[in-house]
Amino acid sequence: MSTAEKRPASAEAPPPNPYEGQRLTGAEAVIRSLETCGVEICFGIPGGAILPIYDALASTGTSIKHVLVRHEQGAGHMAQGYARATGKVGVAMATSGPGATNLVTPVADAFLDSTPLVIVTGQVPSHLIGTDAFQEADTTGIFLPIVKHSYLVTKVDDIPRVFMEAFHLASTGRPGPVLIDIPKDIANTEFTFRWPKRLDLPGYRPTGKGHPLQIQEAALAIARSKKPVLYVGGGVINAGAEAELKELAEATRIPVVTTLMAKGAFPDSHALSLQMPGMHGSKYANWALHRSDLLITVGARFDDRVTGKLDAFAPGAKVIHMDIDPAEISKNRTADVPIVGELREVLPQLTKAIAKLRESDSIVNHREWLEQVEEWRFKYPYRYRRAGALKPEYVIERLRDLCADRDTIWTTGVGQHQMWAAQWLRIDDSRRWITSGGLGTMGFGFPAALGAKLGCPDATVVCIDGDGCFQMTLQELATAVVYDIPIIVAVMNNGWLGMVRQWQELFHDERFSQTHLNAEIPDYVKLAEAFGAVGFRADTEAEVDVAIKAALASGRPAVIDFRVDHEEKVYPMVPAGAASADMIDAGWIEDDNSWVEEGV
Amino acid sequence: MAREHSHHTLSVLVENQPGVLTRVASLFARRSFNIESLAVGPTERSDRSCITIRVDASEVSIDQVMKQLYKLVNVLKVNQMTTEDSIERELLLVKVTANPDKRGELIHLAEVFGARVSDVGAQALVFEIVEHPDKLESFEELLRPYGIKETIRTGRIAMRRAHGERRDRDAGRMRVLA
Repeated sequence: MSTAEKRPASAEAPPPNPYEGQRLTGAEAVIRSLETCGVEICFGIPGGAILPIYDALASTGTSIKHVLVRHEQGAGHMAQGYARATGKVGVAMATSGPGATNLVTPVADAFLDSTPLVIVTGQVPSHLIGTDAFQEADTTGIFLPIVKHSYLVTKVDDIPRVFMEAFHLASTGRPGPVLIDIPKDIANTEFTFRWPKRLDLPGYRPTGKGHPLQIQEAALAIARSKKPVLYVGGGVINAGAEAELKELAEATRIPVVTTLMAKGAFPDSHALSLQMPGMHGSKYANWALHRSDLLITVGARFDDRVTGKLDAFAPGAKVIHMDIDPAEISKNRTADVPIVGELREVLPQLTKAIAKLRESDSIVNHREWLEQVEEWRFKYPYRYRRAGALKPEYVIERLRDLCADRDTIWTTGVGQHQMWAAQWLRIDDSRRWITSGGLGTMGFGFPAALGAKLGCPDATVVCIDGDGCFQMTLQELATAVVYDIPIIVAVMNNGWLGMVRQWQELFHDERFSQTHLNAEIPDYVKLAEAFGAVGFRADTEAEVDVAIKAALASGRPAVIDFRVDHEEKVYPMVPAGAASADMIDAGWIEDDNSWVEEGV
Repeated sequence: MAREHSHHTLSVLVENQPGVLTRVASLFARRSFNIESLAVGPTERSDRSCITIRVDASEVSIDQVMKQLYKLVNVLKVNQMTTEDSIERELLLVKVTANPDKRGELIHLAEVFGARVSDVGAQALVFEIVEHPDKLESFEELLRPYGIKETIRTGRIAMRRAHGERRDRDAGRMRVLA
């Protein structure tokens, strides 16, 4: 996939609108506006207040495909999966009241993970707003803290402008969800459709180019650094700056850590990749950050799951922070060199500035640092033991290897399986790893996989899920079967809320309070079959490959029930509140980590 | 950090659109920024309003507050107002116990502060005063021994001084970052 294709759809400079000057209802204008903004697919469920818009979906003969889901949360996560896989804006629709509130979780998720979404909700008729009418909720009020922007449409003439602005806001700058709430009477009102000539958003001006003096400053800091690390976040993917990042890393030979959100932004199998830092990150990534003298932060936000105890994080490092969002700079960790701008602009400028310094030979050699990092990477890899019950890490390794020759998009839920997937999958391409990072939404993976598959029909899509997660959104199996969306749900079924169980075991004296789910219930094979999907089960290593191959060959929505060891824990681990260098490990691993205590 | 340094006055120019005050207030709640006073009103342009916010930013940096405000699509400009380059005013209404024998004394005191008598009752007076908020506090302090029954304040508003459009330091700093 070229970077050009990954650019978010922009509503700017639209072609002459074919509906200009026509008499349309508000609802028809919604459909025409969505078409004008380049929407190909949307996800949702109709209901009373949004009936006119669904009617227009049928009556206008629009080219927009609508996917009827089974729960609005599914629609939201599908729109997210679609957006994250394609780089386009995801669209979800719902009716007023409960329809809208069911979208709260995906919208909050999209807000924290900077995913471009436009959400269209029906609202009760204008004259009933505020009367506690049937299925009335203060939708814009409820969504206020979790959207980039929102609209309650009060005049039908505003509809084209509102959609134009919404798609622009969702997809530019730091992307995010935008909500459009449309009262039923407005959707039924006729008006003369006029697409705005231009955007008029005086209060919205995302910064483009980085400040040249700051870039120079950053180049000098890099040139002087003996122990630099590129700390890369999901912003690189949103910016479509993967190639520019790679160029910078290779030109400077600086090791790269990629956060959970950035997996795939830099190839996992690259010689400079240290993979994921943080709570369940690699030792080499965490130690590299800890011992670094310069963090070159690119589209990352010093999340607590990455930093651990903030004042103990990379204590000896100066910080360069590049981000499109000025509010991320010095929010958690003070930046010594802040650079606000589009990463696609900033990164090449920085690479060029460093190249210029190299001409004058004023670059400090950091070969020793690279050797050190390399030694850590060699000596302290991720590890697990294959003895005893089937290990989830083994299953993920087999999934990885059996899909290696395919263009595969991986999605996950949240918990142990997500961390194992992050540790054991090797993702070398951008937008091939879709997970819920910031909000940590259980149930995200399966509907996100459906959205991803609809956006990228030629890709193989595998959701690595937990049994707890899958049960939160598995009703969308009906959607998968009805629309024939062939994806694989690989359930790491340990019968427990595994990550919570792990915390209870380690930090709550093994009081397993309300975390046992029961691996036998439901019977996932029968469940899949009941929905018309195919189901497989694997209890042993020998059965793993058979099940995966059968699911891949089926060409149908498939669920694989992997019965995995419920005592297996995710290691290494930074306990909550600890310094990120102080990782604990499985009892059988006897690494000599004593040097970590020596200080910086 | 000294206490006076943690209090800042922000002048927030916004598009005059429904819900904009809610967005600003919600942002402060969401980010745990403490609002000490808030005043909102129209400006010289009918499509713009000004929200003056007194922030207790002892827990977070005022930069972070300003940057979060800038992220709101309806926010056009955020200025940090300082004593040197801006005028700050607030209106105070105060009802004070005033037996007839104390009236003269109180009215005299009020004159010194430039306050006006806005209502007279048998046992109380109501004063109104528009002044710098610090001065309102001094006035209240002096009235306290007489017995304050009730006070109410509008929240401060602020405007850049008239002598020359001074180089806007805050805007300059924001430009470096933004």
